[in-house]
Amino acid sequence: MSDSPGAVETQKPELLHHFSSAEQQRDASTFGMWLFLATEIMFFGGMFCAYLIYRYWYYNEFAAGSRSINIWLGTINTAVLICSSLTVALGVRAAQMGKRKLLVTLLLITMVFGVAFLGIKGVEWYQKFEEHHIPGNSFNVDDIIHDYPQIHIDPQHEQIFFSLYFAMTGLHALHMVIGLGIFTFLTYKAWKGVYSPSYYTPVEVGGLYWHFVDIVWIYLFPLLYLIDRKPLR
Amino acid sequence: MFDNFPLWPTAASTGAGNVDALYIFLVALSSFMCAAIFTMIIVFALRYRRRKGVEAEQIEGSTVLEITWSAVPLFIFLFIFVWGAAIYFAERTPPRGATEVYVVAKQWMWKLQHPEGPREINELHVPVGRDVKLIMTSQDVIHSFYVPSFRIKQDVLPGRYTTAWFRAIKPGTYHLFCAEYCGTMHSGMIGQVVVMEPNRYEAWLSGGGTSGSLAANGASMFQQLGCPTCHRSDTQGRGPNLVGVFGKPVHLEDGRTVIADEDYIRESIVAPAAKIVSGFKPIMPVFQGLVSEEQLNALVVYIKSLSPPPSGSAGQPSGLPAGAELQQPKE
Amino acid sequence: MAERETYLNKEYGIRSWLLTTDHKRIALLYLISITFFFFIGGFFALLIRLELLTPAGDLVQADTYNKLFTMHGMVMVFFFLIPSIPAVLGNFLVPLMIGAKDLAFPRINLLSWYLYVIAGIMMLHSIVTGGVDTGWTFYTPFSTAFSNTKVIEAGLAIFVSGFSSILTGLNFVVTIHRMRAPGMTWSRLPLFIWAHYATSIIQLLGTPVIAITLVLVVFERAFNLGIFDPNRGGDPLLFQHLFWFYSHPAVYIMILPSMGVVTEIIPCFTRKRIFGYKFVAASSIGIAVLGFLVWAHHMFVAGISLYSALIFSLLSYLVAVPSAIKVFNWTATMYKGSISFTTPMLYAFGFIGLFTMGGLTGLFLAALGIDVHVTDTYFVIAHFHYIMVGGAVMGYLAGMHFWWPKISGRMYPEWLGKFAALIVFLGFNLTFFPQFLLGYMGMPRRYWQYPPEFQVLNVLSTAGSTILAVGYILPMIYFLWSMRYGEPAPDNPWGASGLEWTTQSPPTTFNFEETPEVTWEAYDYEHIPAPEEVPVER
Repeated sequence: MSDSPGAVETQKPELLHHFSSAEQQRDASTFGMWLFLATEIMFFGGMFCAYLIYRYWYYNEFAAGSRSINIWLGTINTAVLICSSLTVALGVRAAQMGKRKLLVTLLLITMVFGVAFLGIKGVEWYQKFEEHHIPGNSFNVDDIIHDYPQIHIDPQHEQIFFSLYFAMTGLHALHMVIGLGIFTFLTYKAWKGVYSPSYYTPVEVGGLYWHFVDIVWIYLFPLLYLIDRKPLR
Repeated sequence: MFDNFPLWPTAASTGAGNVDALYIFLVALSSFMCAAIFTMIIVFALRYRRRKGVEAEQIEGSTVLEITWSAVPLFIFLFIFVWGAAIYFAERTPPRGATEVYVVAKQWMWKLQHPEGPREINELHVPVGRDVKLIMTSQDVIHSFYVPSFRIKQDVLPGRYTTAWFRAIKPGTYHLFCAEYCGTMHSGMIGQVVVMEPNRYEAWLSGGGTSGSLAANGASMFQQLGCPTCHRSDTQGRGPNLVGVFGKPVHLEDGRTVIADEDYIRESIVAPAAKIVSGFKPIMPVFQGLVSEEQLNALVVYIKSLSPPPSGSAGQPSGLPAGAELQQPKE
Repeated sequence: MAERETYLNKEYGIRSWLLTTDHKRIALLYLISITFFFFIGGFFALLIRLELLTPAGDLVQADTYNKLFTMHGMVMVFFFLIPSIPAVLGNFLVPLMIGAKDLAFPRINLLSWYLYVIAGIMMLHSIVTGGVDTGWTFYTPFSTAFSNTKVIEAGLAIFVSGFSSILTGLNFVVTIHRMRAPGMTWSRLPLFIWAHYATSIIQLLGTPVIAITLVLVVFERAFNLGIFDPNRGGDPLLFQHLFWFYSHPAVYIMILPSMGVVTEIIPCFTRKRIFGYKFVAASSIGIAVLGFLVWAHHMFVAGISLYSALIFSLLSYLVAVPSAIKVFNWTATMYKGSISFTTPMLYAFGFIGLFTMGGLTGLFLAALGIDVHVTDTYFVIAHFHYIMVGGAVMGYLAGMHFWWPKISGRMYPEWLGKFAALIVFLGFNLTFFPQFLLGYMGMPRRYWQYPPEFQVLNVLSTAGSTILAVGYILPMIYFLWSMRYGEPAPDNPWGASGLEWTTQSPPTTFNFEETPEVTWEAYDYEHIPAPEEVPVER
């Protein structure tokens, strides 16, 4: 195949010189994002692995720790993220259909959901801070031990639960912050009219990232918040 | 052989010869493979060097050859695997009735406790022909107990016991090295294993200070720490009866069944809540930090002595004074 | 005569280099930085060997020695070996070999270099402000609770370098899938590409695991957690599993690309297609897959169960098979070939010999009964240096000599090249062969001082290392010299197959005037004239 002079003029400015067609560029971008998400799965996976092993060994402490984190805030956050994934998906569709205003609105709503998620998470962490459940020098789980007189809670094992809780939710929150940065960029570009039905790959690729961060949360929520929510014996 | 330029350390244990045999086989195999491949390459390089007018012959490949040189090495590898696994299995299965020496590693020394009582630092005296099992733990970081002449090595971990065993066959003094990097004086954490004729070993044993056998020390610690208050030798105690418990299955309140081995006994003292015996409450105090590793070893040996020794052995030390009931050296 | 436009002279000025998105310029940026770290790591190695001349610790203090071997390992593994061939030769050649104008994501390529540089600066900073003494393996609880050196900083430096590695791998996979020229089917790809494809898969899937492991170590150290510390409820073996889950496949990241290089060089200098193309390609993928399944063979004496050890030993023997296949295929390619002995070919011969020896000693280590005796001794050190230095570094030098005319537009002095290759080969063997003997004799690794009976072999090893150092310095000097004074290189000085040789030396920025259309199989040496048969153009 060759690039005839006529073809050059009709090429969109977004088509980078090393690609031979817009389709190739789009395919490469989405493929690249899927690969990146695979690396993210491996990244979180290491922590999930540590979590699963310690949960198996220290079930009681994990269950007690799980009960001490705020399930209502966690549930609201889950709903918030699911809604944000909806707005992202709708946004990609808006881009596909060339609806600039709708796209910008949906991207903004998504970011509001994202900020809300982080805000609620901040409240949750602050609760943990007040309760001295943050691992480190002022870590103290006497309150949890007191709540469960009939089973033995080892503070060291409880600290491992909270270490993993903060590491996992913290890493997830960091990914959210990065997501917000990406979406700020996307919103700005969308507002400037850069995206159109023939070129909306960045929205699609940004959307994939956002969905991934959402899915990680969908796993984190039951693993961390719902270990043992049966009524206490 | 090879005294002036040794290729391997003296083979001073029953297992060493087996390891060396596989080693020699592998050296021979590798030499043969290297010779074969290098010769072929050299022959090809000379025979098929670039000459005017002679073209290379384009050969796509040969599936038959590919299968052959995949399958044949695979079979050879599996053979080596089985041989190596057999040696390893023997290395990791201490014989019944072995004398148990407790080892505590710390930065940067080895502390050893004989069951009859003597303690050593960086040295281990053993008689020729006696099965010796090392039960080891670390006070701080990971170390590794390595005696090249016995061909044994085992990492020594904090928080749990690991074991190794050997039977020395030649009197002599052999290097003991720490083989897992552990900080500043990792290379200084060395010592020796002194293998003696049985009668000289007896002499050494009785010559040492009578600090009491490990089991006797354990018995007095048991009293001192107030253990009999709950661990009575009947079923009325608030804690399980420990007579006969070692080596037997224990049913836990969470439904699991575990074997009461050294790790279980040790854990029950430093972290009693980890495994609660079915039918008992989690009220045992935590002794982590209140007893040293050596004291823990003594307690473990004492509790072991409350069980009858496994049948077929010549008897384990059970709180008897040093010198009694020692195992006869085997061939 | 007007100078021809190449990627080198298209634009001048530091900005045009530091903000380039041309994969070829980025490859050169990497070349400069990894060479720098190679000499840093090599300097540490020389100090180690000097200390080990005598049994006593008399050159440096024990703590210093512990830092030297730690930083030698960290720098060499993460800042030299892992990037080396992919970031230099891979970046330069992957687009050229498949007929593309650049990699799929040129800006990410540049980002990957910047991440490497940032990581390198962090590593250097940790070195000059006190160093690290945990060993490159970071075993806990020593690294998290006992060492008082720059563990956090070094850990973070390696974390950042991991991202560089991941992005390179990502770029290669997408490029190879999506940007091949018309007619360049998978079965026509040069095996260098297959090797880099397999390497990239490992980089993508493995590196994130060490990233999270190091993050957890950093957290543990910074916040006094207990995830890996038994004194605080954690498990040190968990660290080892997580660490080796990456670090074993990492060794395949380090060796596969050099196998790819050798697989390009041998057909060229035997003037025939590679024997068993499909099997060589499949063996690269096989190594990548199986390489993920054997990590605990580093832990046979660590306290894992007997049954785990059996499984990992068995799997380790399986992964040896595809490597063996490659050696046989290279040898078979020489049969009825027309062989010339250029510098790249000499390095390729050296590679085959040393990799074979290193690989065979892997059989010793995979044998459980033997491993108990030789693990954590100089036997292991000799084994992996045979593969990493005798294998990977020689493969890297082979590739640098082979593609130097393409990269720089100049020929290096051939007789010097051959001479340096010989020095490297001799110096290498003298350095590392005695270490096999030392290991079986029982000398543990990471020992600042040692019993006197080990001295003779240590002296031989140190002597070899000085010779090896000379062998490495020579190419640096004559490559630099050649950039100004070397013979200008024709497009295809070796008469080699591969699309990169159809471009000018050096190539233009966009590689190909017109997108090539491939209608021939790889290694089409039947139809490619050997160099003397082609009249020299200038």
